[in-house]
Amino acid sequence: MILPVLLSACGESTWNDPYPATQRDSNTLYSAFSERPKHLDPAQAYSSNEAEFIAQIYEPPLQYHYLKRPYTLVPLTAKQLPTVTYYSADGHVLPADAPAQRIATSVYEIHIQPGIYYQPHPAFARNEAGKLRYFNLAPDALNGINHLRDFEHTGTRELVADDYIYEIKRLASPQVNSPIFGVMSEYIVGFKSYAAQLKTVAREQPPGRYLDLNRYPLTGVEQVDRYTYRIHLLGKYPQFQYWLAMPFFAPVPPEVDRFYAQPGMAQRNLSLDWHPVGTGAYWLTHNDPNRSMVLERNPNYHGERYPDEGEAGDKQAGLLRDAGKPLPFINTVVYSLEKERIPYWNKFLQGYYDASGISSDSFDQAIQIDAKGEPQVSDAMRAKGIGLVTAVTTSNQFWGFNMLDSVVGGQSERARKLRQAIAIAVDFEEYISIFANGRGIPANGPIPPGIFGYRSGAAGVNPVVYQLVNGQPVRRPISDARRLLAEAGYPDGRDAKTGAPLVLYFDTAASGPDAKSRLDWMSKQFAKLNIQLVVRSSDYNRFQDKMRRGTEQLFEWGWNADYPDPENFLFLLYGPNMKVGKNGENSANYNNPDYDRLFDQMKYLDNGPQRQAIIDQMVTLLQHDSPWLFGYFPKAFSLRHAWVSPSKPNLMANNTLKYRRIDPALRDKLRSDWNRPVLWPLVLLLLAGVAAIAPALWVWRQRERGKAR
Amino acid sequence: MMFRPVVLWTDALIFVLLAVILLFAVYVRRHAHLRAPWRGVLRSPAGLASAMVLAVFVVIGLLDSLHYRPALPVQSGQSAHYGVEVLSVLDRLLTDLRTHTEKTYSAPLATHLYARETRLQPDGHSARVYPRLEYGGAQLADPQSDWIADIERRIAIGSAKGLVLAGVLLLIALAGRAFKTRTGLAQAARDIKTGALPWRTVIVMLTLLAVSGCVLAELAAGYHVFGTDKVGQDVLYGTLKSIRTGLVIGTLTTLVMLPFALLLGITAGYFRGWVDDAIQYIYTTLNSIPGVLLIAAAVLIMQIYIEAHPDVFDTAAARTDFRLLFLCLILGVTSWTGLCRLLRGETLKLRELDYIQAATAFGVSDWRIITRHILPNLQHLVLISVVMDFSGLVLAEAVLSYVGVGVDPAMHSWGNMINSARLEMAREPVVWWQLTAAFVFMFALVLAANLFADSVRDAFDPRGKRIDVYE
Amino acid sequence: MIAYLLRRIAYALPILLGVNLITFALFFVVNTPDDMARMHLGMKRVSVDAISQWKAEHGYDKPLLYNDSAAGFSQLTDTIFYAKSARMFALDFGASDDGRDIWNEIKVRAGPSLAIAVPVFVIGLLVNITFALLMVFFRATYLDVWGVVLCVALMSISGLFYIILGQFLIAKLWHWVPISGFSSGIDALRFLLLPVLVSIGAGIGSGARWYRTIFLEEIGKDYVRTARAKGLSERRVLFRHVLQNGMIPILTGAVVVLPLLFMGSLITESFFGIPGLGSYTIDAIQSQDFAIVRAMVFIGSALYIVGLLLTDISYTLVDPRVRLQ
Repeated sequence: MILPVLLSACGESTWNDPYPATQRDSNTLYSAFSERPKHLDPAQAYSSNEAEFIAQIYEPPLQYHYLKRPYTLVPLTAKQLPTVTYYSADGHVLPADAPAQRIATSVYEIHIQPGIYYQPHPAFARNEAGKLRYFNLAPDALNGINHLRDFEHTGTRELVADDYIYEIKRLASPQVNSPIFGVMSEYIVGFKSYAAQLKTVAREQPPGRYLDLNRYPLTGVEQVDRYTYRIHLLGKYPQFQYWLAMPFFAPVPPEVDRFYAQPGMAQRNLSLDWHPVGTGAYWLTHNDPNRSMVLERNPNYHGERYPDEGEAGDKQAGLLRDAGKPLPFINTVVYSLEKERIPYWNKFLQGYYDASGISSDSFDQAIQIDAKGEPQVSDAMRAKGIGLVTAVTTSNQFWGFNMLDSVVGGQSERARKLRQAIAIAVDFEEYISIFANGRGIPANGPIPPGIFGYRSGAAGVNPVVYQLVNGQPVRRPISDARRLLAEAGYPDGRDAKTGAPLVLYFDTAASGPDAKSRLDWMSKQFAKLNIQLVVRSSDYNRFQDKMRRGTEQLFEWGWNADYPDPENFLFLLYGPNMKVGKNGENSANYNNPDYDRLFDQMKYLDNGPQRQAIIDQMVTLLQHDSPWLFGYFPKAFSLRHAWVSPSKPNLMANNTLKYRRIDPALRDKLRSDWNRPVLWPLVLLLLAGVAAIAPALWVWRQRERGKAR
Repeated sequence: MMFRPVVLWTDALIFVLLAVILLFAVYVRRHAHLRAPWRGVLRSPAGLASAMVLAVFVVIGLLDSLHYRPALPVQSGQSAHYGVEVLSVLDRLLTDLRTHTEKTYSAPLATHLYARETRLQPDGHSARVYPRLEYGGAQLADPQSDWIADIERRIAIGSAKGLVLAGVLLLIALAGRAFKTRTGLAQAARDIKTGALPWRTVIVMLTLLAVSGCVLAELAAGYHVFGTDKVGQDVLYGTLKSIRTGLVIGTLTTLVMLPFALLLGITAGYFRGWVDDAIQYIYTTLNSIPGVLLIAAAVLIMQIYIEAHPDVFDTAAARTDFRLLFLCLILGVTSWTGLCRLLRGETLKLRELDYIQAATAFGVSDWRIITRHILPNLQHLVLISVVMDFSGLVLAEAVLSYVGVGVDPAMHSWGNMINSARLEMAREPVVWWQLTAAFVFMFALVLAANLFADSVRDAFDPRGKRIDVYE
Repeated sequence: MIAYLLRRIAYALPILLGVNLITFALFFVVNTPDDMARMHLGMKRVSVDAISQWKAEHGYDKPLLYNDSAAGFSQLTDTIFYAKSARMFALDFGASDDGRDIWNEIKVRAGPSLAIAVPVFVIGLLVNITFALLMVFFRATYLDVWGVVLCVALMSISGLFYIILGQFLIAKLWHWVPISGFSSGIDALRFLLLPVLVSIGAGIGSGARWYRTIFLEEIGKDYVRTARAKGLSERRVLFRHVLQNGMIPILTGAVVVLPLLFMGSLITESFFGIPGLGSYTIDAIQSQDFAIVRAMVFIGSALYIVGLLLTDISYTLVDPRVRLQ
C-alpha cells in the first residue's frame, strides 16, 4: 500500500526529495533558517538570522567589499563614499586632522545614484489618475485579502534621499523601538528631543494610528536635493561610516509604512516587520515562517557587477572567475524551516541543502587535519565533491569574572592573582580541541584577528598565561598557577587562615546535552587548582537578571562585531559602559580609570601606529588585570557541495547572496545518485510478515478443523 | 570524621517511603486475607522474576541514596572541612569507573579512542592516529593480539564467579529454610520443589543476574563496558547512576500525590453534594491544562526559588536534587486526578452497600466508616494504580528531558542520555553505545515494572476491568 | 437533553475561568513583563526606555490583577489579566507578543496537526483492534502468550526510541522518505508517512493489550456462550458479538480524545519539523510567548470539556439505558 503511494508521489528514482519535483533542475539555492526571524524591519532587526534576509532586500548607502581584506567600505546605492566635514563650536570648517576635542559637529553628505527602483509592491500602485491605489482603503476593501499577492496591482518608484531620511526618523519612533536608538541618540543632532517629541505626539493620538514622521522635521538630518542628504553628528564619530553599511540606515518609502498602517493590515500579518520592501537584488515573495521563506530575483534591480579585484590568492581560489558579470546569479533562494541541526546536516549530506556549517559532532566525519595541521575535507566528503571554506570570525567567546564580586573581583592584589591563576589553569587549547575540534584561536586579548589592533605572533602573547619557548607561546605550567594561588592566600585551594576550601560559582544559561559535557570540563579545569567549581545553571531570563544585578561570579559571554573597528571590542570593558547600574555591554563590570582614559583617546584616532600603540597599552592592562579569561576566537568552517561555486566568507557583509552561483544540472544528477532508496529491508519486512502469518494460519486451520470435527 | 553524611531531600523521602513499605509489609504479613494475593504475585513466574530484577535496581538505587561529603585533608590547627562534591555509597563502590575518564568518545570495550588525533610521530611528522585509551585496556601490552583473549578470559572468570555466587546464595536460602523447619537440606530442597514457589524461575533468574553482574564487574575492571561519552566519562557509570533518578521519579511522585488523591477522592465520593462539586471542579480544571505547560512553569518557578536562596543550595547536588524533587511534585499534581476520579467513583458505589448504610444508620462516625470500611476496600485499587503508574513515570522523564523541562541537565538520567544520543546518532561513524546502554537498562526496569504490575493486578483484581478503563 | 447540554456548557465557564487564572498566575510568577520585553527585544543594546515602550505597546504596563490607582469597577478591569483574558471567551486571541495574529496562525497550523493526528488515531485504532482480536482468537495458544509478551515489551520502550530509530533507519539509512519537513497537498504524504508509522508503532503495545482485555471480558459473558451453543462459528462469534459489544467501551473511551486531536502532538511534531499546533505550543513555551501559551491552554481546555461532553452523549447513544439528567 505504501509503495505505490510513494511512487506516485514522486514518480522518480528518489523518494526523499523534500522539495516539489518541479523545482528539480531550477536555478534555486536551498538553505534553511532555524528560528523564525523576529523582525524584518530594517530599523529593528539586529540579530544575524534576521540580517541574512533583510541584507539581500534592503540597500543601505554603503557596503563592504566582497573580497578585499581588511574589510573595506565601498558605495552600494551611494555614488561614492560619503564626504565628512568637521565644524567647530562656532561654525567654522575644520581640517580633517583637527583634534577631536575641537570638533563640535561632523556632517556626512551622501549622494545616491539616480535611477534605482524599488521592488514591485502594492503600496506603490497608482490608478489611472496617478493617485495611490491602496491608500485610505475602505474598511471592507481588505476582504478576501490574506497575502500581499492578493492585491491585484503593484507598482514601483524611484529611490530618493527622502527615503533614507524617513528611515533615520523611524529609528526614533516610539512605534518602532529600534535597538540602536540609544547609541544614535548620543550622536545625531537633536535625536533625543525628536524622540521625546514623537512620544508626546504618539500619546495624544489613538493607539495604532499611523504616525506621519514627515510632518515632524529632525534637525540632525537634511535633504539637499532629490538624491542627496546630510547627517549632522555631535563631535567626531569615525565609526559612524560603518553604521551606514547596516540595514538600520537603509531606505524605507513613507508610502509603504503608511500602507501597512491602515486598519486591518496588522490582523492579516501585513506589516513592514514581515513584508520588507527594498531595492536589493532579491525580494521576499513567499513568507511563511512556519515552513519556508522564498527570495526571488528582484525584477527592478538596478544591477551591479561582480568585483574584479580582490585579495592575493582570490584568483587561484576561483573567486574572480565571475569578475565583471552582472549580479545576481541565482534566481530563487528557498529557506526552509529546520529547527534542529541533525536533520539539517543529514539533508545536507543527501544534497538537499547546498551549504552547511559543521557541528562538533559531525566534525570527524567531515574534516581531517593534514600533516601540516591544515584542515581538509575527509576522504568521504571529497568523494562527494564537497569543499571546505574557513574563516576566523570577527567575534570572541570569553569567560568573565564579575569585577564587583568580593572574591574574584576588584583591583586588590589578592583577587588579581587568583584571576591570573585561573587564567593559566583553564586550558583553552584543550577546550578548542574538544568542543570546537580545533576550530578556534586561543585569545590573548579582546580583539580578534582581522580587526585593526590585533597582534599576531610573539608580540601578541599574553605574558600572564603563556611563556615563550623557542619563540612559540606555551601555556605556563600548572605549578605557576598554584604559586599564584598560594600568593593570593589560597595555598592548595584552601583559605590560608581558615582552611576552608575555595568554592567558586559559575553562572550559565546553557542547558541541553551539549552543555553538560562542557560544564563537566569546566569543573575539571578548576579541580587542577583544587578549587571547587559549583555550576549554577538557570534559564536565560534568570541569568540575564543576575548579570544585571551583578550577583554572578563567573560567567560565559561572547560578542559579535557590529563593525570592523577595535572600538567595538574594547568598549566591552569600558568603565562608563558597565552592565550593573549603567545597563551597558561591559558585562564584567571592569572599571579601570587608566583604561578608560586610553579608550577615550583611541576612539577618535584613525588606524595607524599611534592608535596601535594605545591599543597595545590597553591590552597589556587587561592582561595584567585579567577581568576575562580571553577564551578564543571561533573559526567558522563551512562546507559547500560540488555544484556551488567557490565563495568567500565575509563576516561583516550579509548581502553576499548575490555573488553566489550554482550548477543545478550537476546537483540534480548527484542527488539522484546519492538517494537511491534501499529496498532490501522492505523485502525483508515482507518476508518477516509472511513468516509471522504462516504459523497463525496453521493454528487457524487446526482450530477450524477441530470445530468441524 | 572521614566524611560528613548528607541527606538530600529525595534521600529523606526515599527512606520515608522505604519505611512505609516495610511497615505495610509487616502489616500484610499479619493479616492472612492480605497475604494471600501477595503470595499469588510471588507464585507467578513472571511476577517473581520481575520482582527479582526490580530488587536489583532498588538496591542500586538505595546505595546511590546514601550521600556524604568526603573530608579534605586537615592541616594542623584548622577545623575539619569537607569537599563540596557530594558522593554516594555507590560512587564509592564505583570509584574506578567514576574517576577513569578518557579524553572523549571510545567504543564499548575499546582500547583506542573513537576519534583520531594529530600526534607527533617519532620521525618528526605529525599524523592522524587513534590514540590508546588511558584506562580502557591499559593492561594489554599489544591490544591487537591480546584483546580477544583478555575479553574471553574475563567473561569466563566472570561467569564462573557468577555461577559460584548463585550457588552460594541458593545454598544459603536452602540452609535458612532447613534451619527454620528443622529438617535437613535435602528435605528442604524437596519441600521447595513440591511447594508452590516457581523454583525453576528462581534458579534461572538468580543465575542470570549473578552471572551478568559478575561478567560486567570483571569486564568493567579493565575496560569501559559501554564505552565513554563525549568528555570521556564511563557510560556504564552514568547508566547506573541514572537508575536512582528513574526510581525516584517513579516512586516519589506517587508518594506525593497519593494523600491528595485519597483524601479528595474519598471525600468527594462519600460526602457528595457541594464537596463533590468543588472537588470535581478542581480536578477537571487541573486536568484540562496541558501537562507540559504546567511542568514547564513549575520548573521555572523552582529556578527562581533556587536563585533567591543560594545559601540553602550550597552544593551542585543540592540544586539538582531540589529540581528532581520539584519535578516529582509537579508530576504528582498532574497525575493525581486520574486516581482521584477512580476512587470517587468506587466510593460512590461502596457507600450504597448495605453494611455501610447500616453503619451510618447506627450512627457510626464518618471518620470511622471511612477508615474501617471504605479505605480497606479501596486498597487494591490504589495498589494497582501505583504499580501501573510507575513505568509510565519512568518513561515520562525521558520525554520531559527532551522538551527541556525534565531533570537538571547535570544530573545522570536516561532522559539526558537519550537526549545527547540524538546528536551522536547523527555522527558518522555512529556513536550508538550511549543510546544502547540507556535503552537496555531502561527497558529492563520498565519491562520488569510492567510485568510486576500485571501480576499484581492479576492477583488483586482478577477480572482486570476497572483499572484498564482508568488507564 | 438540550437542557442538559446547556447546563454542561454553563458549567464549563467557571472551569475555563479557573484554567485561565492558573495559567496567568503560573506565567507571571516566573515572568515579569520586563523579562518578556527583554526576551523579545533581543540581546544587544537594550535600553530601559525600549523596555517600557515595548510594555506599553503590548499592554503589559498595567498592574497584573488589581489596579490600585483606578476607581470602582475598573480596579479589576484596568489590569493585564482582564485586558488579556476577557476577549478570549469570544475567541479573540489578539496578536502574539511578536506581533503575529494568533487566530490566523491557529487556523493555518490546525491542518498539519490534523494531518498527523487523524491518521494516527484512525489507523492506530484499526491496527490495535485487529491485533487484539487476533490475540483473542488465538487465546490460550502460544501465539496469544507471545502476543502479550510482545505488547508488554513494546510498551516498555520509550517513545523517543521509536522516533530516533525510525528516523535513523528509514529516513537516513534507507532514503525512503524525507527526514523532516512538511508540504501541502498530495506531496504531504511523503512527509507524513514516517511520523504516522512511528506514532502508531509506539501505541500498539498498550492499545492492543488493553483492547484484548476488553474483548476477553466480553467473551466470558453469557450471551457469547449462548451464541456458541447455537453452533455459530468462532469467526462469527468474534465479529458479530464480541467485536460489536467490545467496541462500546473502546469508542466511548476514544471519544474524549477526539477534540484534542486538534492540539497535535508535541513531541512528534517537533521531531519531524511539522508546522502544527503542537510545535507551536512548544516553541511558545521555549520563547516564553505568553499570548500564545494562554491561547493554546484555553483552546486545549475548551476542547477537553467538549470531549467530556461528547463522551456523555456517546454513552446515551450506545446504551439507551443511560439517561442524561
